[in-house]
Amino acid sequence: MTPTPPRVALFVTCLVDMIRPQIGFAAIRALEAAGCEVVVPDAQTCCGQPALNSGDRDTAADLAKRAIAMLEPFDHVVIPSGSCAATVRVHYPEILEHDAEWGPRAIALAARTFEILAYLDEVRGWKPEGVALDATGTYHDSCSGLRELGIKRQPRRLLAAVEGLSLAPLAGAETCCGFGGTFCVKYPAISNAIVAEKATAIDATGADLLLAGDLGCLMNMAGKLNREGSKVRAFHAVELLAGMGDGPAIGEEA
Amino acid sequence: MSAFTDRVDTALADRNLKIAVERTAGTAEAKRTIAVEAFPDFERARDRAAAIKDHVIANLGLYLERFEANAVAAGAKVHWARTADEACEIVIGICKAANARSVARSKSMLGEEIGLPHALEAAGITRIETDLAEHIIQLADERPSHIIWPAMHKTREQVSVLFKAKHRDPHQEETIAAMAESARRHLREGMLAADVGISGANFLVADSGAVCTVTNEGNAELSLVPPRVHIVTAGIEKIVPSMGHAVHMLRMLSRSATGAALSQYTTFYTGPRRPGDRDGPEEMHIVLVDNGRTMMRETGLAKMLRCIRCGACMNHCVVFRQIGGHAYGATYPGPMGAVLTPAFDGLAKNRDLPNACTLNGKCQEVCPVRIPLPTLLRGWREKSWREGLEPTSLRAGLGTWAWFARRPALYRAATASTLRAMRLMGRGGWLSKLPLAGAWTEHRDMPKPAAQSFMAQYKKGRRS
Repeated sequence: MTPTPPRVALFVTCLVDMIRPQIGFAAIRALEAAGCEVVVPDAQTCCGQPALNSGDRDTAADLAKRAIAMLEPFDHVVIPSGSCAATVRVHYPEILEHDAEWGPRAIALAARTFEILAYLDEVRGWKPEGVALDATGTYHDSCSGLRELGIKRQPRRLLAAVEGLSLAPLAGAETCCGFGGTFCVKYPAISNAIVAEKATAIDATGADLLLAGDLGCLMNMAGKLNREGSKVRAFHAVELLAGMGDGPAIGEEA
Repeated sequence: MSAFTDRVDTALADRNLKIAVERTAGTAEAKRTIAVEAFPDFERARDRAAAIKDHVIANLGLYLERFEANAVAAGAKVHWARTADEACEIVIGICKAANARSVARSKSMLGEEIGLPHALEAAGITRIETDLAEHIIQLADERPSHIIWPAMHKTREQVSVLFKAKHRDPHQEETIAAMAESARRHLREGMLAADVGISGANFLVADSGAVCTVTNEGNAELSLVPPRVHIVTAGIEKIVPSMGHAVHMLRMLSRSATGAALSQYTTFYTGPRRPGDRDGPEEMHIVLVDNGRTMMRETGLAKMLRCIRCGACMNHCVVFRQIGGHAYGATYPGPMGAVLTPAFDGLAKNRDLPNACTLNGKCQEVCPVRIPLPTLLRGWREKSWREGLEPTSLRAGLGTWAWFARRPALYRAATASTLRAMRLMGRGGWLSKLPLAGAWTEHRDMPKPAAQSFMAQYKKGRRS
């Protein structure tokens, strides 16, 4: 007997929604291949992370409650971003800690919410089958996923299953790229100095592809690489896993 | 432009600074990694270190009284200072009572925090900084830029030039050995001539009244033993219950700071010279300084009082590594400074500090006492938001965005028109100039957004 597939809500994140819808569609493809029933809740907007990190706790709490109410009916919630997933998993329970009604609901939702690469690897035990790409990639560990959710081995295990893809080690792979949400526009000069070093390190790997699990970081790094004339192309890891690594990279026209 | 961003621009334009910071912090980072890997169960040791500090901070009054009683029993005099000014007055008073003309100071960040160098100068007391890096800073008439390596912003090449000009030795101070030798000659004269030695404390040991200092140069010993009077200034959070606890904290401190198993010199001073002792000061004074610490304990910053001033957070901070310590504009730089400075010096003047952080969490990952630095920085941002200190443009921008985020249908409409407008400005797949997003496009390109949002495409039936 086949077990009932989990009903998974895909929360696409505002950046994926606006800048790179392919990541959302790749996520659906990978989740379905991993045996999930995928639903995209219609009322989703943004998880509230910019408000939380700017100090506007009331707005963050309000958006958290909306997200919780919207996402509660699902077996699992999957998000193609370490930092948005960490907002739900780690920060919703903190923000609503003293709320007798919403606090427990936040904790319950947090336990069912996952970053997509961790979900595919750890929860579903999935590996891409028949996906091939002849290229050398290098992986940047985005900070929230790495430090708040422990995402390190999962993407590498998944990417190792892509035929023909080899991974080149990135010096300082765990060093922040300088995006930091609103940080990059509040302190552009510091952010630039940080991402400039990151771009140099990426170029030094000799890889064709830059891979990561967060579109914010990817936009920052890819935007710098492009400005500097680098040929390295950037993708969200899930795009490769879904067999979409032969499509246009971030910043390439379809 | 804020004063902070001005200082940042100056720092980013200074190529020597970047070289100097990378040399020191980069080496420290590599050495710490090796030291931590070799430490049996470092994670449990961190838990224990955090627990020791939490216990002490929760029972601060008890341990301070115990420390005072034991220090007094050992012959020291204990003074209490609520503020920085009070602390300086007490120190100056002791110096004057001792008819001191010159003091030798062993490096102490608390001394910097309370403005002691300036207070001594104002009182007409000659001061010699005996820590090598502090000596460099004193010669250059600058302020420390790091809590472990106060002169980390200078390259050895710059120090060589400085020493040639200020030491006026007939030696060619090009090599590190020659420079160290030259500094040694200058510093020893001052140490031996000083009437008073002033130090900070890495730990105050409650059950013996001992004061622990840690150096790699032995300058504390040479500054504190020969003079007639020894004055310690220490923050009240420096207390540990016993020698065993101090030793545990020392293991965490040195590995986190420099990657060494122990520092070269670790000395416990318990009271002044006793009858029959061949050396040591005639008087020992210990000034215990609050300067905002009690307030921190009561206003959600108790975990910050765990800090043992190892500097690991700044050595590993991606922002500090770019801008160095002076850009923070305060005694304590880096992530810990961004938490402490608003507490000591007010949030309004320092709202940039908790904001100028990517919240990447590396500082917390390396903190030997597990201070949740990103959480504390978010706490300051919240206070700044509540008090209306955040810029109007940011408040308006976030407010508009949040208004739409609460209304999915309008959010979709707004998204669609934003995407259309943004796409008009693209060339190829990239936008290299964007109105209202100049901070982004000044330094990097922005991928051209999708013609239609994910949600719009999904609703039209695209599934993968």
